[in-house]
Amino acid sequence: MIRITCPFCGERDHSEFSYGGDATVEYPALDASVGEWNEAVYKRSNPRGPHKEYWHHLNGCRSWLIVERDTLTHEVGKVEFAHPGLRAAVEKTA
Amino acid sequence: MSGYRLDDGGLINRDNPLTFTFDGKEYTGFEGDSLASALIANGVDVVGRGFKYHRPRGVMSAGVEEGGALLTVGGGRFREPNTKAPVQPLFGGLVATAQNAWPSVQMDVGRINDVMKRFLAAGFYYKTFFGVRGGTKDWMLFEKIIRKAAGMGRASREPDPDSYETAHAACDVLVVGSGPAGLAAAKAASDAGKDVILAEQDFVLGGSYLSRPGGIDEAVGAIDALRIAGVTIMPRTCVFGLYDSGVAGLIEQVSDDPGLHGVRQRTWIVRPREIVLATGAIEQPLAFGNNDRPGVMQAGAVRTYLNRYAVAPGKRAVVATTNDSAYAVAADLVAAGVGVTLIDAREIGPDAPDGVKVMRGMVPIRTKGNYVLKGVEIGTLDDEGYAAAHDTLDCDLLAVSGGWTPAVHLTSHRGPKPVWNDTIHGFLAGTTNEAIRTCGAAAGVYDHDGCIASGEAVAQGEAGPQPEEGANPAMPLYEVKSRGKKLKCFIDPQHDVTTDDVRLAEREGFVSIEHNKRYTTLGMATDQGKVGNVIGIAIMADASGRTISETGTTTFRPPYSPISIGALAGRGTYMHFRPVRRTPLHDWNLAQGAVMTDAGLWKRPWYFPTDGESMDDAYIREMKAVRSTVGLCDVSTLGKIMVQGPDAGEFLNRVYVNGFGKLAIGKARYGVMLRDDGIVYDDGTVWRMSETDFLMTTTTANAAGVMAKLEEFLQTRWPDLKVQLTSVSDQWAGIAVAGPKCREVLQAVTTECDLSDEAFPFMGIREARIAEADVWIARISFSGERAFEVYVRGGSANAVMDALWDTARPIGGVLYGTEALGALRIEKGHVAGSELDGRTSLDDLGLGGMASSKKAFIGKAMSEREGMRDPDRLQLVGIAPVDSDKRLRAGALLDSRSDMVDQGEGFITAVTDSPDLGHWIGLALVKGGLKRWEGKEMISFDPARDGNTAVRVMSPHFFDPKGERMHG
Repeated sequence: MIRITCPFCGERDHSEFSYGGDATVEYPALDASVGEWNEAVYKRSNPRGPHKEYWHHLNGCRSWLIVERDTLTHEVGKVEFAHPGLRAAVEKTA
Repeated sequence: MSGYRLDDGGLINRDNPLTFTFDGKEYTGFEGDSLASALIANGVDVVGRGFKYHRPRGVMSAGVEEGGALLTVGGGRFREPNTKAPVQPLFGGLVATAQNAWPSVQMDVGRINDVMKRFLAAGFYYKTFFGVRGGTKDWMLFEKIIRKAAGMGRASREPDPDSYETAHAACDVLVVGSGPAGLAAAKAASDAGKDVILAEQDFVLGGSYLSRPGGIDEAVGAIDALRIAGVTIMPRTCVFGLYDSGVAGLIEQVSDDPGLHGVRQRTWIVRPREIVLATGAIEQPLAFGNNDRPGVMQAGAVRTYLNRYAVAPGKRAVVATTNDSAYAVAADLVAAGVGVTLIDAREIGPDAPDGVKVMRGMVPIRTKGNYVLKGVEIGTLDDEGYAAAHDTLDCDLLAVSGGWTPAVHLTSHRGPKPVWNDTIHGFLAGTTNEAIRTCGAAAGVYDHDGCIASGEAVAQGEAGPQPEEGANPAMPLYEVKSRGKKLKCFIDPQHDVTTDDVRLAEREGFVSIEHNKRYTTLGMATDQGKVGNVIGIAIMADASGRTISETGTTTFRPPYSPISIGALAGRGTYMHFRPVRRTPLHDWNLAQGAVMTDAGLWKRPWYFPTDGESMDDAYIREMKAVRSTVGLCDVSTLGKIMVQGPDAGEFLNRVYVNGFGKLAIGKARYGVMLRDDGIVYDDGTVWRMSETDFLMTTTTANAAGVMAKLEEFLQTRWPDLKVQLTSVSDQWAGIAVAGPKCREVLQAVTTECDLSDEAFPFMGIREARIAEADVWIARISFSGERAFEVYVRGGSANAVMDALWDTARPIGGVLYGTEALGALRIEKGHVAGSELDGRTSLDDLGLGGMASSKKAFIGKAMSEREGMRDPDRLQLVGIAPVDSDKRLRAGALLDSRSDMVDQGEGFITAVTDSPDLGHWIGLALVKGGLKRWEGKEMISFDPARDGNTAVRVMSPHFFDPKGERMHG
């Protein structure tokens, strides 16, 4: 029942999107250590409340988005492109 | 109960009689009747049998809370069990049957259960069958018998022939309920310029208007005003749940007549800005002896039958009440010519209506009668709340009012727990910060004028009238206890839960209301506790010495009323649920006699039988031809992704374990990619068409997943890379041309491309033209033979395939399907989906040598984890039966001991009969792999099919291990 406002396509039903994981995880460089990769692959916090998540607009423009969603209420806050170049372009036009 | 039709009045069309049957007997009702009102009008008193004890049951209510009259409507494929007779509109030709009764409701063999009652108390399942001697097997046998004896109607075993659909709507205000409060709220919201949808679960609008004398005319005026104002009115539409983001789920009953084959139900997903709940209140019963007997009915329901349906449910009535509301019922009964005695548990109360004998301070103790009601024993309550018998009154109708409880279910769906209110002795909706407001009886405002004022006020964002105690406060009485009498007092007539069950469960430690509910099944029937919950909670509170408020209530969850699964599925059934993907060569394959198989959503040729061949004969023949001459195979389902841009080479370097930056233009390379956690994800080939253009192929299964993953990498992790991705999976068809004569076939159809080994070496790619179409040809092999793959625009695929087949067929070529494709790859030890099972590493699959040591790639760090180097890991091996006549079976477990423990040492992933080797072979994953097992024997365990087979472990590269055939 969630709706996500894709910065490219506009407000759409969540069925057009695919959840893509925790957007607060910073993936290390490919040649980083096993320890660093272990943190990135397996360690997740499980916050109650606002959270940043990746959503892929799979059945839309196929943008990867960073969506602020409240894990308690499913309320969706800020939605922006995951790609920093696109994000900057949006900010520039705003 | 000996009901009959009144001479006039009611919202029925006496000019349109409708014939229907109940248990094979024909009856007549009128348009406007419910199934229940028509049955009562025909004097039918027993309409079903209880769930556990098979006691006779009659109509108990006039709404969705019905606990007695649950009938099966329709037959055969159209059979709909557990239909509540009071909410089923009568239609001509309706066929209804009683449930849970054999051979008939009058003489039901299962009645014996009533005598056995003490063995069927709360939790008897658990007590009787916990740790039964024979274990699960015996339990399953008993369960079958018990389920047959206890239960409701039976659903049809045939596919649902009806159609359903889903619709979407949006509005400013959704008003739920069309009683006085709902109509007033809808009008007020509409007058304020808002776009309003009014949903009413009943097939007639008006709610409690319809139960009042003359109320129908009042309602008609109010409804007409809404129509004129442009309110969207949806009768027979139940708001079954409220969900996140302010979404309401509605089910509209579009049609009853299964013969029409139109849409039966429609699910509405409505997004209102505000929701106004005018869902009314549900009258509560009282717990007293044999209060389930046919003839006992909610007092308010009696009024509905009298005024809305012009039906008197009895000839001689007793009205038992704890509050003022039932006095109007008594007055309406008198007006209909029914003799009435009203017993009020209180010493106070309104003046006796004309013609009504009122006895104050009196409660019903138990009903009398055989099957149906003949009388009621009444008495007075002492200081401790026990009743002492006073008299027995003859009656065939006992109208009971134990007070009212607001229908707060929908608000509860959003989380807030209902809150007990001592003024109305009922639960009110908890507070929510969502735009959901409650008015009228649902908010505890019970008087008619108050409801209208409440609806108007709440729709305008004001508080409106609040619950009031009134001049004669209602008595909070839930149960009539009697010293020295064993009374069967039902509180959930659908699940046959009695007051004793609740008390017993409480004694046994189920003191939480949620636990008690599950142990006794109170409130778990199709009415979901609409009638029994409050009494149950009150008895729990009494037994545990707590207040009702402290005891709390169970959680109401959607749906408010039962809904069919078909309505939720909507049109998403069969091919709409699981769409079919066809390759551009689909029809071509079928025309050649292909037997198709499913590969995910794809249809792929499985094998091409000739002259009635079996599958085994066909795929062996196809394999032999590929190894000796040539075969053509539709490989269009492979994922195909264009990877383009100045950084495409670097990008591929990062996602594949092997290097791609230095791949020469005009060459292809096999690649393997890992997941972040170091497990093998997918494999395929990548073709370099120019400095900046690559075509990646993926496995059929992972085509969509790989595309999404690559997009994720580019947009979230490496946004600096200049790479463009385009899926061309659906645009391009692929044809494998495999076998020693593949070059001969291809050369005959493409003139400008030199296919000699010198000009077109192994892993080369070339542009060419076949049948006037542009194609890409790659010299790659999955079969282990010299082979090419031809890629062409989907629209030209048939022409290219025709050209290839016209050349291949005369020289003994074949078409081959996935069965031969899989068998050929097993002979070569190529891994596929059954080995890339999301648990295997590169080393496990013998692909460790592919990983580049000169660069980092996705999954590299994690593939070097300690656990990934465990010598006990399952690793790829080849196996063959020791006795070469034996066959192998995929999925069989492998172990070296004949007394295998747990899951053994490994399992077989894929098998085939190998025409080249003359016996069965298989691929397997075993602990320690070849290093531990090569040359050794294991036992293949397959108890459900062939039993045990001795196998020898060997290299998985069974056929042409050096690859001389494909390199040429």
